[in-house]
Amino acid sequence: MLLIHCPYCDETLPEVEFTYAGQAHVVRAADPSSQTDAEWENFLFIRSNPKGPHYERWRHLHGCGRFFNAVRDTVSDRFLTTYKAGAPRPDLSSLQGDRT
Amino acid sequence: MARFNALSLLKHSLTGHKNWPEQWPEAQPRAEYDVVIVGAGGHGLGAAYYLAKQHGITNVAVIDKGWLGGGNTGRNTTIIRSNYLYDESARLYDHSVDLWEDLSQELNYNVMYSKRGVLMLAHTVHDVQSFKRHIHSNRLNGVDNRWLTAEECKEYCPPLNISRNARYPVVGGALQERAGTARHDAVAWGYARAAAARGVDIIQNCPVTAIRRGPDGRVTGVETAKGFIRAKKVAVSAAGHTSVVMETAGVRLPLESFPLQALVSEPVKPIFPCVVMSNAVHAYISQSDKGELVIGSGTDQYTSYSQRGGLPLIEHTIAAITEIFPIFSRMRMLRKWGGIVDVTPDRSPIIAKTPVPGLYVNCGWGTGGFKATPGSAHVFAWTIARDEPHRINAPFTIERFRTGRLIDEAAAAAVAH
Repeated sequence: MLLIHCPYCDETLPEVEFTYAGQAHVVRAADPSSQTDAEWENFLFIRSNPKGPHYERWRHLHGCGRFFNAVRDTVSDRFLTTYKAGAPRPDLSSLQGDRT
Repeated sequence: MARFNALSLLKHSLTGHKNWPEQWPEAQPRAEYDVVIVGAGGHGLGAAYYLAKQHGITNVAVIDKGWLGGGNTGRNTTIIRSNYLYDESARLYDHSVDLWEDLSQELNYNVMYSKRGVLMLAHTVHDVQSFKRHIHSNRLNGVDNRWLTAEECKEYCPPLNISRNARYPVVGGALQERAGTARHDAVAWGYARAAAARGVDIIQNCPVTAIRRGPDGRVTGVETAKGFIRAKKVAVSAAGHTSVVMETAGVRLPLESFPLQALVSEPVKPIFPCVVMSNAVHAYISQSDKGELVIGSGTDQYTSYSQRGGLPLIEHTIAAITEIFPIFSRMRMLRKWGGIVDVTPDRSPIIAKTPVPGLYVNCGWGTGGFKATPGSAHVFAWTIARDEPHRINAPFTIERFRTGRLIDEAAAAAVAH
């Protein structure tokens, strides 16, 4: 079972309290009507799906109920960090030390 | 290739079956092929077989990072069915069931296709409406599927609990009798043996690290652990790792990779005659010919390449199974495992040409690729050989995510699809 740190509750809790909410930092266009079909496809469907560190959203559903972001290694399933929604995307090189 | 028949079995029985020749040779890569297929699962090996048999293209290599059939081909719960809602899906999956019918004869290899029937249980009014809609749609498409009352379900599958007091009472079910199971390893081995007999090279334990393209954009070959292999055409059939391989050719796909888990019990005497699925409690179960109960459910919630998955999902699955089949509540489970499945946003596969000339992809099978192995391999080989899709896979393009012409089996089937 994954243990996930909620940055709002500041507690590390079991996976069953959380729901996964897909890739993080997917930004909706400010002016949707100006978007081409290709841009819509990219926004709606195309995902990075990396084998390695992945920026993703989680929701502390059975807790504070809030969405937050995380970086998780999709090979080991180990969380490198979690951070509040709206916070800038952390630099991967600063997290490498945690990847054991 | 030594053929299997009654006489050869009898002959080899005299020497204790110790002198069977190897079924396919250990191939080393040549410098160049007409077609390189990445991924030696059922879909990839099958495509190689049909390329050789139906299109006369035998200068083909199938390359895998592990051993053949060691990925999702050997990790699924072996269920075969074609009761999909939409016309496009019905045609694709029923084409596959047609090929399953005589696959053992075709390959001279017993894939143990067993038409034991797949029974999908309805527990709510919504289930009943949705399943009846499926049944009507299936019958219009020539796919067998019929409605059973709860009592008829019990008659078809005696271990079923149809008590009105159950937490999720069974109110009926949809039965596809032509559906069933097959032995998944035998499918990979049968295709490998038949393809190798026609001159296809099967190269195992050789990861493909990159797809190379020339200055005109066309594929030129693949980089592998055993060096560069030139290829006129490259066909990717790499399941959960498709995104990783295709990214090296500069193609980004609408795929996410999730762990899908399954588990088996200790072997017991025959007790379970068919395959039962329940979308509402979310699990499916059948009994293998070895006697193990084979159990599965949905994917884990998060993307991963770990081939493990989490225990909460197993707990959920077992809870669902024991709810419908209380007699299994004291069965001991022997082992569980995970496979990495590539899921598209509409839960339908992509079998298509790509924007890169000479590069083809067969992916996005999500949690349901095994059943489609022969049909998918057949139309994929057609697409590779003719550089245009077969009419059956023509709707399963990459471009549908741009045009919006989705084949939305996710919405159509709620959970299991």
